[in-house]
Amino acid sequence: MTAAALLEVSDLCVRFRSRGNVVNAVQGISFTVEPGQTVAIIGESGSGKTVSAYAIMGLLPRTAHVSGSISFKGVQLVGRSEKDLRDHRGRNVAMVFQDPERSLNPTMRIGAQISEAIRCHLPLDRNDAHERAVELLRLVRLPAPERRFYEYPHQLSGGMRQRVVIAIALACEPRLLIADEATTALDVTTQAQIMDLLLDLQRQLGTALVMISHDLALAASYAEEVLVMYAGRVVERARTRDLFGSVRMPYTRALLGAIPRIELEPHVLLPVVGGRPPDLSAIMPGCSFAPRCPDVQQDCRHHTPALEEHDSGHWWACWHPCGEETGP
Amino acid sequence: MRQATGAGPAAAPSGGILLEVRHLVQEFVLRDHGGVRGGVLQAVFDVSFELRAGETLGIVGETGSGKSTLARSVIQAPPPKHGEVIFEGTDLVRLRRRAMKPVRRHMQMVFQDPFRSLDPRWTVAGIVAEPLIAHGVGSRSERRERVNSFLDRVGLDPAGYGKRHPRELSGGQAQRVAIARALVLEPKLIICDEPVSSLDVLVQAQVLNLFETLRSEMGLSYLFIAHDLALVKQVSDRVAVMYLGKLCEIGPVRDIYREPLHPYTLALLNSIPDPSPPEGKRDTARVISGEPPSPLDPPSGCRFRTRCPRAADRCAAEVPELRTLGDLRQVACHFPLPARNDKRAEREFVL
Repeated sequence: MTAAALLEVSDLCVRFRSRGNVVNAVQGISFTVEPGQTVAIIGESGSGKTVSAYAIMGLLPRTAHVSGSISFKGVQLVGRSEKDLRDHRGRNVAMVFQDPERSLNPTMRIGAQISEAIRCHLPLDRNDAHERAVELLRLVRLPAPERRFYEYPHQLSGGMRQRVVIAIALACEPRLLIADEATTALDVTTQAQIMDLLLDLQRQLGTALVMISHDLALAASYAEEVLVMYAGRVVERARTRDLFGSVRMPYTRALLGAIPRIELEPHVLLPVVGGRPPDLSAIMPGCSFAPRCPDVQQDCRHHTPALEEHDSGHWWACWHPCGEETGP
Repeated sequence: MRQATGAGPAAAPSGGILLEVRHLVQEFVLRDHGGVRGGVLQAVFDVSFELRAGETLGIVGETGSGKSTLARSVIQAPPPKHGEVIFEGTDLVRLRRRAMKPVRRHMQMVFQDPFRSLDPRWTVAGIVAEPLIAHGVGSRSERRERVNSFLDRVGLDPAGYGKRHPRELSGGQAQRVAIARALVLEPKLIICDEPVSSLDVLVQAQVLNLFETLRSEMGLSYLFIAHDLALVKQVSDRVAVMYLGKLCEIGPVRDIYREPLHPYTLALLNSIPDPSPPEGKRDTARVISGEPPSPLDPPSGCRFRTRCPRAADRCAAEVPELRTLGDLRQVACHFPLPARNDKRAEREFVL
């Protein structure tokens, strides 16, 4: 959109082919991330949020068929060679995954793992890399970084491991950090600590943050803009305040309603929608949420609504958005 | 919907005491290489509570707080090291293994990961029928009918799902099968250990509603373990907060969430992300720092004192006993938080 956009994804499609089956994991999503911005991508399992992130990272396997455009600081990423993508990762974008246990090598000291990441991308010798690694550990507020440098992942708690993973991700000062369910495996108190750390670092370093989560509440408390994904498409996109102030897409409303909230009285039944997300191997006509939607009408089943900007900054893909006639 | 045979009328939460746990202690001996005793891990230390018929007690705490161990000790798998677990007047800890079996009929468990708690080679109908066979209930045709009626009850069509295998089910459906298996013996107590944490938000809401409806239909009591405080609030009558193997606080759900007495409860409540923030960003000052200390070497005195903003010398010297404050609330803290009467402060806190 604007020339200042750090990341510009437009009409991104990702298809997987396996044993004659085609899975349309991502079906034409577009969004932009400005420098220093926090964007949350929300959706259920299988909605395509992680596949989109992998596409931005250039981490998709060769079986994936990617079309559309992903431009990072004006450089096109779709169709680039593995060598170019390798250079792009780490320097430009870095990712923090859900399970810190599986992102770290259990047989390597954490210091060595951080130094490795640094020396992959920056021309530093061993000593300088060591110094930088300790500095990073201090940055992510790991207690006693000089000592921890020589420890193995199993000697750390889940929260500390995730701090180490964040340190590795920040090793080359990426412009964009993708946190894929980075706090889902952690306890509430640790989750709050890690999210606060991520936001602090973002403010300090000016990194943009894309957080991927199934947790709307988490996104609401930390992100500036929220994208809601369903069945490979973005169905609603808005600034956090606008979105939660006036939800338009019935799917977003269903997600919000299904979260147990601390303000609710005990034993209240939650509003639920039945059914399951659609099979992504066939592209069906009509809105993908139509079979489950409580407000479905005849035209929803035949015509696919496009994601359009209806209010300033508030996009939705729905023929009959909620809140047209009544309040939320 | 078919009615199950013998389901009693729903009991009010003020029913008689169903389960009483007194001074329960569960320890695990850690072994180093060669079986050398490496240390004793006190997973649950001196926990007491009671559960009335028809009541749901939520148990919250972080990883390693001992909430799952507590649940397993209640069901005697394995039996606790010390203490009493009195279920309908019988102390289960003293029972012999053979005498335990008829009691298990009345207490069943639902686990976090349905796929790991269901045998992948069995059919859904076989899985749900197994407890009936194990306890010798009914004839073959009676069992089939009962299995069908319970599958129906958890929202699965017996004709369509009875012959399926767990791999042919979604997470939510598999958890429904696990619930049907737990219910088929018509137990009085269901112990749920993080029963919805592996499910997607929309499915989670469906399963939570199922728990609620079953509770009122069958007069069940739940011990509901979860790390998510909002979720626990949704289902519970009373809530117990655990930290490092000890109870911090226990009381009626509304009171605990409106005015927590233990600083740890307050810290937990403050860590919950809020879906409708006033300004998009939250203030970071209220989040507690640090991580739980090692349960192999818990701090002296109050176990929370190393992270507690209110900690004083007394907290290190003296273990706070669980004491009763007000009518129904108990707290284990030397310096509990003051009750809040100011309406404005209250709202500020809750949100």
